[in-house]
Amino acid sequence: MKFKKTEETFFRWLMILSTSVIVAGLLLIISSIIYKGLPALSWEMLSQTPKGGFYFGKEGGILNAIIGSLYLSVGATFLALLIGLPVALYMNIFLKKHNRIVNIIRFFLDLSWGIPSIVYGAFGFTMMIYFGLQSSLLAGMITVSLFIIPIMIRAMDEVLKTVPIGLMEASFSLGSTKSETAFKVFLKQCFTGLVTAILLSFGRAIGDAASVLFTTGYTDNIPQSLGEPTATLPLAIFFQLSSPIPEVKARAYASALVLTVIILIISISARLLSKRYNKHKIKF
Amino acid sequence: MNGTPKIIIRNLNVSIGKQQILRNINVQVPENKITVLLGPSGCGKTTLLKTLNRLTDLYEDVNLKGSIIIDNEDILNTNSDITMLRKKMGLLSQRPYPLPMSIFDNVAYGLRISGIRKKKILQEKVRHYLEQASLWDEVFDRLKDPASKLSIGQQQRLCLARGLAVDPEIILADEPTSALDPISSQAIEEKFMELKQNYTIVVVTHILRQARRIADHVVFMYLGDVIEQGPAAEIFSNPKMDRTKQYFKGAFN
Amino acid sequence: MFRRLKDKLTKGWMIFCLVVVILLPLFIGVGLMVKSSLLLEKHSVWNLLFTSSWQPLEGKFGFLPFILSSLWITIIAILISGPVCLLSAIYLTQYAKSFVLKIMHPVIDILAGIPSVIFGVWGLLVVVPVIARISPFFGSAGSGYTIISGALVLSIMIIPFILNILIEVFRAIPEELTESSLSLGATRWETVKYVLVRKAFPGIISALGLGISRAFGETIAVLMVVGNVITIPHGIFDPGYPLPALIANNYGEMLSIPMYDSALMLSAFILFIVVLVFNLFSRFAIARLERFY
Repeated sequence: MKFKKTEETFFRWLMILSTSVIVAGLLLIISSIIYKGLPALSWEMLSQTPKGGFYFGKEGGILNAIIGSLYLSVGATFLALLIGLPVALYMNIFLKKHNRIVNIIRFFLDLSWGIPSIVYGAFGFTMMIYFGLQSSLLAGMITVSLFIIPIMIRAMDEVLKTVPIGLMEASFSLGSTKSETAFKVFLKQCFTGLVTAILLSFGRAIGDAASVLFTTGYTDNIPQSLGEPTATLPLAIFFQLSSPIPEVKARAYASALVLTVIILIISISARLLSKRYNKHKIKF
Repeated sequence: MNGTPKIIIRNLNVSIGKQQILRNINVQVPENKITVLLGPSGCGKTTLLKTLNRLTDLYEDVNLKGSIIIDNEDILNTNSDITMLRKKMGLLSQRPYPLPMSIFDNVAYGLRISGIRKKKILQEKVRHYLEQASLWDEVFDRLKDPASKLSIGQQQRLCLARGLAVDPEIILADEPTSALDPISSQAIEEKFMELKQNYTIVVVTHILRQARRIADHVVFMYLGDVIEQGPAAEIFSNPKMDRTKQYFKGAFN
Repeated sequence: MFRRLKDKLTKGWMIFCLVVVILLPLFIGVGLMVKSSLLLEKHSVWNLLFTSSWQPLEGKFGFLPFILSSLWITIIAILISGPVCLLSAIYLTQYAKSFVLKIMHPVIDILAGIPSVIFGVWGLLVVVPVIARISPFFGSAGSGYTIISGALVLSIMIIPFILNILIEVFRAIPEELTESSLSLGATRWETVKYVLVRKAFPGIISALGLGISRAFGETIAVLMVVGNVITIPHGIFDPGYPLPALIANNYGEMLSIPMYDSALMLSAFILFIVVLVFNLFSRFAIARLERFY
């Protein structure tokens, strides 16, 4: 009996320790990025593109990468939305009765979700060569959108799944077609949830480096058209970090801080949104 | 009151969060009898049952006040080990929940936990309790099979066997037949009639006919209050309170 | 009439999108296979996978160092984060007050959202120096760019992924099972040990399987801290060169050396297959194991 108690106490502490390690890990990551990044952060870094000698520690900033990343992620999220939303709606309205089929689709989506982003990058690069495209903003957008489509659909699917079948029946019995039900009823009912899903995908898009490594190229200018190459924040961090010059390294940390802040803003607003969403959701 | 009381509940108040579930309950459960907690769904029968072996501890914001005395010990205000208290009471829930292991191991589980390791003894005991639950003949040749392969009626009898195996004094049953077919239900009811010689049995049900068939003692509850209690014969033939009369007439369910 | 048409058009677009999405993984698989077939025609699979001489200029493509590096890193990462996630999931679903879970949910979400490259930066700032400091005690030169550094960074990265699945798995177990076990005289911990973990076993296996497939393909963060030296690693304090890093580091010159691009696509194809296998494995593990419990 004594031994039983000791064993339980031991494991309880081990569990608390594990959980604390996870929290501590997150705090450590964020604080070390802030600690290293904050001293190097300046208005100049945020507002200017790289000037001559930037990569030797001279003047300039990472505006090209910030804007490039925003362009790329907005474009990719938009493309993904164009493909993803209809699929998510189709699965939950037209295929509502066919559970088996929906589950097979979910399996394919989970599979696509599991494919590493570097593989998407390699695939995107292959397609780019095949179609004779240059590495450009457009090529990057397409690759990234392929990469976030499964994430977006699964996130939307989780939201749409919760819509009670009664609501759908009510809409049909009022004479709405299935697609009207989809876009008028479901979209309104799940609006905040869907926005959360989009934000989540946007976060993925802006943070990923491996899929754009091959496809966007890299430039010090802000891209003026879809056909031009573009810089992105993750790659800006990656390249600056490999420099031996301390000033450039310091800027990499500052860039990392910028990216972290962007991601945190996205995470937190998604969190707040879904909280509001949960408040208004009717429980059954 | 007929017979000596095994469980005495005094001024029990149970609330979950801000919601009061049970109000000022005073009940005596007679020894070696079947006591039926009767009432429409949502009246707090199940909560009362779970309070009896402190399963309410599993839930965070459950608040208990009052006392429940079993064998001269107030189990709500005690220093003794709750695990041992629970062992005194076997639980049969609405649906059978066999443990994720073989038929044999399901019955041997409680025995092993309490320190019995000898294979010979385990085998004997498992056989004995499976026979007690009238399941042995159906499963003796496949004791190594996972318990989930049994039919739902067999599963419920397995749960009974595993509950009996830890040698309880009280059996708590929460609508034990609600998921079963009529034949399995009957088997369980007959089992209870047999077991009451050695055990004190508390059954929760909202099925009036079942209560009539098995009850020695009836506690009628409505919305968290005990409306009326007493020997089954009295209550069924001559209910005193209006609520009870209405319920017996089928005015609400 | 117009509404009908609109309904038809919408439905058409939906089905088109669905087909595209379903075909995407097939397309990626086939595309990578076609691209790598050039190399597969010249060399036997055995030769490619189990030799260790990597000299693209001489047409020697031995993937063994990369495959072994990937395996080492993945296995160690899962050995670290698996137990941590399991213990934490049990704690959060069985022992902790509900406010703890309320705090942990955003923690998990944020951790899951942090980009790979940020983990890499953190690895460079914290993990590599620490490993460099301690590796001499394990008889290693001590640059800090080692297999273990990669595994440590990776283990933190996959924690939110595995933990999320495990929390769902434990939550799905009916409360009554716990009640049954407790009323048979078991303590809370005995219930966890003998009943809940058993019941959750298929889910645990599949969570770890999915974790492995996620870990195997992680690129940037690992690449930044493992050293990228083409040798067969002999210990966890040796540098390594995992498959994804091979692709990421060499895409620039891959078109200038014959067969090089094909070799890199083969790496991508191997990653794809590993992910596919582990996904299928996890799914079937659940389906098969659940029959026994």
